[in-house]
Amino acid sequence: MAVVSSRGQKLGNRVAIAAIIVITIIFLTPIYWIGSTAFKPRNLATTAPPTILFEPEVSPFVKLFTKRVQLKPNEQVDRENAPWWEQIIFDGGERISRTGKGEVQLSGYPDRFMNSLIVAITSTLLAVSMGTITAYGFSRFKVKGEADLLFFILSTRMLPPIVVAIPMFLMYRAAGLTDSHIGLIILYTAFNVSFAVWLMKGFIDEIPREYEEAALVDGYTRMQAFFRIVLPEAATGIAATAVFCFITAWNEYAFALILTNRRAQTAPPFIPSQIGSGLPDWTVIAAGTFLFLLPVAIFTFLLRNHLLRGMSFGAIRK
Amino acid sequence: MLNNMITSLDPQSRAAARGWSDITIRNVFVIPTVLFLIVFNVFPLIYSLGFSFTDFRASTKDPANFVGLKNYMDLLSDPFIWRNFTITAHYVIVSVAGQVVVGFGLALLLNRSFPLKGLVTTLLLLPMMLSMAVVGLFWKLLYDPNFGIINFALGLGKFEWLANPDFALYAVALTDIWMWSPFVMLLSLAGLSAVPKHLYEAASIDRASRLYTFFRITLPLVAPILLIAIIFRTMEAFKTFDLAFVMSGQPTTEVVSIRLYKMAFQEWQTGKSCALAYIVLIMVLCITNVYVKYLNKAKER
Repeated sequence: MAVVSSRGQKLGNRVAIAAIIVITIIFLTPIYWIGSTAFKPRNLATTAPPTILFEPEVSPFVKLFTKRVQLKPNEQVDRENAPWWEQIIFDGGERISRTGKGEVQLSGYPDRFMNSLIVAITSTLLAVSMGTITAYGFSRFKVKGEADLLFFILSTRMLPPIVVAIPMFLMYRAAGLTDSHIGLIILYTAFNVSFAVWLMKGFIDEIPREYEEAALVDGYTRMQAFFRIVLPEAATGIAATAVFCFITAWNEYAFALILTNRRAQTAPPFIPSQIGSGLPDWTVIAAGTFLFLLPVAIFTFLLRNHLLRGMSFGAIRK
Repeated sequence: MLNNMITSLDPQSRAAARGWSDITIRNVFVIPTVLFLIVFNVFPLIYSLGFSFTDFRASTKDPANFVGLKNYMDLLSDPFIWRNFTITAHYVIVSVAGQVVVGFGLALLLNRSFPLKGLVTTLLLLPMMLSMAVVGLFWKLLYDPNFGIINFALGLGKFEWLANPDFALYAVALTDIWMWSPFVMLLSLAGLSAVPKHLYEAASIDRASRLYTFFRITLPLVAPILLIAIIFRTMEAFKTFDLAFVMSGQPTTEVVSIRLYKMAFQEWQTGKSCALAYIVLIMVLCITNVYVKYLNKAKER
């Protein structure tokens, strides 16, 4: 194609770039819509035609973090001595409340967000460390039935989550692990380990064995060589794997829906459950969605080059 | 005998004698993970295989009675279950075909150098990084017949996407296409960049038409990686739960995962739902095998 560089070619290129611009805008519209609705006053969220230009507000976020509760007859709330975050809630809450009755408290969202963070971060750390050392084991030593074992590890990802969810639910109920952080952490770790092993094996295979051999000759033990030579070399691979594991655990829905109901519930089952019946307040849903999507969007941007490599890697290796 | 399969770094075996031996390290590094995966992946499956032959209900304290193959017979002769499978197949075909067309088309467009190429590629990847359940919920607003941006942008008036039983499945599939076309695009881009440039140069010297070049050079060389993308997406679409469950409560969008969820956690027919899970599992394995066969054929060419 490079040989025939005619006027037609140039025109073709321009048409292609115009098409790319149009498609990118179409693809990003839903994401822009989440972001913009999160800052809209409620009456502008559901208008026909849709409102594109408006004065941004933070009231959806205040509403997201607060709920109004009815106080018992003799109950008093000490506003003066409340910590600063509760002061903000009280101030914001007054603006959004119409009736004078009741008191403003934190809503369920911050808890669910924290649960998501705890579960996703812990399971990512576990999956990545287990995945890295196991990948090193497979990469550097002879393991009996290596190909079969690796295929077995991958095959655990092929099942529909609901298929495993039924026995998991029964096992967890018997072990008292339902609605616990630990239960979800173990489960997400199990799902992510298989992926981490495959991805990390690809990265570690690429590090020349000569590096460790030289270290061994210099008097390092094998463990020292692993920690001081191999791990630093594999750092970018570890980072990419960690982001993938985090995204999977952060976004998981089916198990969280089945295995948790309140205490350990994460945001993915919580946000849809808030929609209820009647007219939903889409600005609050958008605010919750926006905050929830933000970490992943930031990760995607910061690590885009590693992500591209890691993703095509995992797929091609298979 | 065991010794000569311990390590592939024999020249340094003296060094390995310091600290842990290689065989210890290998065992410590590999065995716990494999055991962990067996406990949390294989054991539940064996556990549920046992339940699939019983009339166990997790909502009661009644002990499980062995009923043999009854659950399987009942399920396979139940027209409603087959309807769930038909809906799933429909969904898989529509959404995977859509993703391949959009994703591969995008890859063909992006496979040239232009300003901000990296940024555009990253932006296009964003949908697949997000939560299907949470994004699916928000798409209900985008689809809203009265004030949704989609109807407004397409000038469709008050077209019902999700409330229309005939159309809801396509509406869910469209969201799936939006989320996962970038995945097909990414793999296709990797495949396209691996096509040797000299083939195109030879073709242009021979004055081969664009169509000819595409069907005789580009497509055959990208086919294996495109097939990998199709395998991945088919498996995922077959497993689909989040999107359809959150977006629509229509009977016409009840894919098999949703049926399974309802049977297990709303009707509490635990034994029967385990049997259904096994039927699904066998289907997934069959589909994968067929694909792998095609994949090997495509690679041979």
